Amino acid sequence: MSSVEEISNPVAENLEEDGVEEENTVEEAEMEYEEPVKGGYIFYRDRKEWADLEPVPQDDGPNPVVKIAYSEKFTDVFDMFRALLKNDEKSERAFALTAEAIELNAANYTVWHYRRVLLQALDKDLREEMKYITAIIEDQPKNYQVWHHRRMVVEWLNDPSEELQFVAEILSQDAKNYHAWQHRQWVMQEYKLWDGELEYVEELLEEDVRNNSAWNQRHFVISHTRGYSDSAILEREVQYTLKQIKKAPHNESAWNYLNGILQDGGLSSYPGLLEQVTELQDTCSSPYLTAFLVDLYEDALETNSSSYDQQETLNKALENLMNISQFGGLYKNRHHSKPVIKLCKLLAEEKDTIRREYWNYVSRSLQNTYGSGDPVASSSDPPPPSSSQQPDTEPSDP
Amino acid sequence: GTQVKDVVIKPEAPNTLLLDKHADYIAAYGSKKDDYEYTLSEYLRMSGIYWGLTVMDLMGQLSRMNREEIIEFIKSCQHDCGGISASTGHDPHLLYTLSAVQILSLYDSINVIDVDKVVDYVKGLQQEDGSFAGDKWGEIDTRFSFCAVATLALLGKLDVINMDKAVGFVLSCMNFDGGFGCRPGSESHAGQIYCCTGFLSITGQLHQVNADLLGWWLCERQLPSGGLNGRPEKLPDVCYSWWVLASLKIIGRIHWIDKAKLRSFILACQDEETGGFADRPGDMVDPFHTLFGVAGLSLLGDEQIKPVNPVFCMPEDVLQRIGLQPDFQPSNRGKLSSSTNDWHTV
Repeated sequence: MSSVEEISNPVAENLEEDGVEEENTVEEAEMEYEEPVKGGYIFYRDRKEWADLEPVPQDDGPNPVVKIAYSEKFTDVFDMFRALLKNDEKSERAFALTAEAIELNAANYTVWHYRRVLLQALDKDLREEMKYITAIIEDQPKNYQVWHHRRMVVEWLNDPSEELQFVAEILSQDAKNYHAWQHRQWVMQEYKLWDGELEYVEELLEEDVRNNSAWNQRHFVISHTRGYSDSAILEREVQYTLKQIKKAPHNESAWNYLNGILQDGGLSSYPGLLEQVTELQDTCSSPYLTAFLVDLYEDALETNSSSYDQQETLNKALENLMNISQFGGLYKNRHHSKPVIKLCKLLAEEKDTIRREYWNYVSRSLQNTYGSGDPVASSSDPPPPSSSQQPDTEPSDP
Repeated sequence: GTQVKDVVIKPEAPNTLLLDKHADYIAAYGSKKDDYEYTLSEYLRMSGIYWGLTVMDLMGQLSRMNREEIIEFIKSCQHDCGGISASTGHDPHLLYTLSAVQILSLYDSINVIDVDKVVDYVKGLQQEDGSFAGDKWGEIDTRFSFCAVATLALLGKLDVINMDKAVGFVLSCMNFDGGFGCRPGSESHAGQIYCCTGFLSITGQLHQVNADLLGWWLCERQLPSGGLNGRPEKLPDVCYSWWVLASLKIIGRIHWIDKAKLRSFILACQDEETGGFADRPGDMVDPFHTLFGVAGLSLLGDEQIKPVNPVFCMPEDVLQRIGLQPDFQPSNRGKLSSSTNDWHTV
């Protein structure tokens, strides 16, 4: 079940929304109703060793006159927990109780705080604590508190040796677990554990080439090791990404990655890129490919860097796309538009209609900036300043 | 084409806005049904109250909530260090400190707590690198950067923190796709993007965002059903109607979303019997998704709902009363000074 633990204000910690199983909402996490207390279980309030403590009932704040109908075990454990807190008791029995409280509600951050205070005050065995937190995370991997607790223990022990293996296990159950990835990145950066990570990322992408977290991790690893300014690395990455696109053309993450790593150098400046992307058209056509060509054309216009040949190739690519579109004929007849503007119209009106306002914006920007004349003639004009920082004031925007 | 990860909205799903049912749902929440769930969520009670009050105020129904009890409750949650906890007997945390300040702003009763101590608490959580911890245990996250500046802005005390470093840290969380994660290098995620664009709006630094690139990433969140997801290849969830939409509004590109399709997705997330909104059609409702469903509809221009401020997720009229008008558009105008809080008088 998914859980939304510290959801706050407009800020949600709820990052579970994945999977095809019905993920339910907010406080559903630990909403397994307790089965009737089994024979042999004694409530804390009835235990001799706890007789010295006065259980503290829940103060509900607003709506105090409420008949609360939740399980007796939950009440019993948390009433006793509140009593311990009130007395600031630091004892073994308190430590044991935190485990019970966590089992009933692992999202309760106050219990975790108290457990950490006790771990230090009682000088508990942190290796044992690692085993404990491992089990808890395996059971409830989408909870901020458990991961933060594990990080604290790793820091106290100053021992990351189990971490990458552990996170890999958790990711094998859910390869996009946001908390798991944060922990992994922290461990790698803190303890400089970069070796083998690129291989690990490639394994994950073999399993699911659309795993956005893995693409992000790829960027993370490379940025922190050899970096993208190394042209051999950049070339390797471009080829790798194009290869993945051939395997699964409709892949937002791969296209975002390709775009992202080429931002600095400029899309149109990368040699041979246009030809390689154009080649993908017949078999790997997707709105993303089309969008990429638009971006490439836009970059070419902006930097004025493309050759006449490149312009011709691009125009042919765009024409080709329109040919394979069912409405291509309509666009071809708009004589006074550049091919790229026709392409924006194609996206707006047929291939990516849900984002038509975006494509109309791109189209308008191109028209305003570069006019609609012949690309070769206008390439001698100085490029106007980028308008990307201005708000896009559309009539529908209040 | 390939299978897109999405939901299918059934023809019998709700398609009109059931505001009265939602008001009844919130007014009754915690008083009779779902007691186990209510108890389990004690550790976030302050935020739960903020969600309930805000959505009631947006629907014009704030008077149905118990103001005096809530104010007393908040007073009992401020600790000696100045920080505020989710409930009595819990530890203070930046998340619940913000929620408390938001509630007291709604009720125009900010002085029932020790404001100076709150400010000290927030200031004390800023780290060397400009980031903010959530509490004394040191978890770092851009969510907390947002909580810190939003709290201080509502109190008119933005000047107490190291603004340049705070901004520097948030910008260091900007990724290759234009989005933001929780720490430098973390995957872009709509919730974190909301926090970071909200942060940059409050601190007058929106011009540092690549609005076209980020706007594109955000409008790519829209799926064929009309709903929005939080990152690529994930299912839609109504709370992203808030985080994605508010972010787009802040960077001046809200119309890049197909509004009609989003509206029909949000409406389909209502429960006609119980009132309230769920994360997606057919699931169980809760106050969290109810607030963001209604707030999302407000951003889309529904006239039955009060205008909502996209940075603070509070009614605009409350912020006007306080005198807060953060800049919504990327601007080089420089009028939003980062070193003082005089932006709110512009």
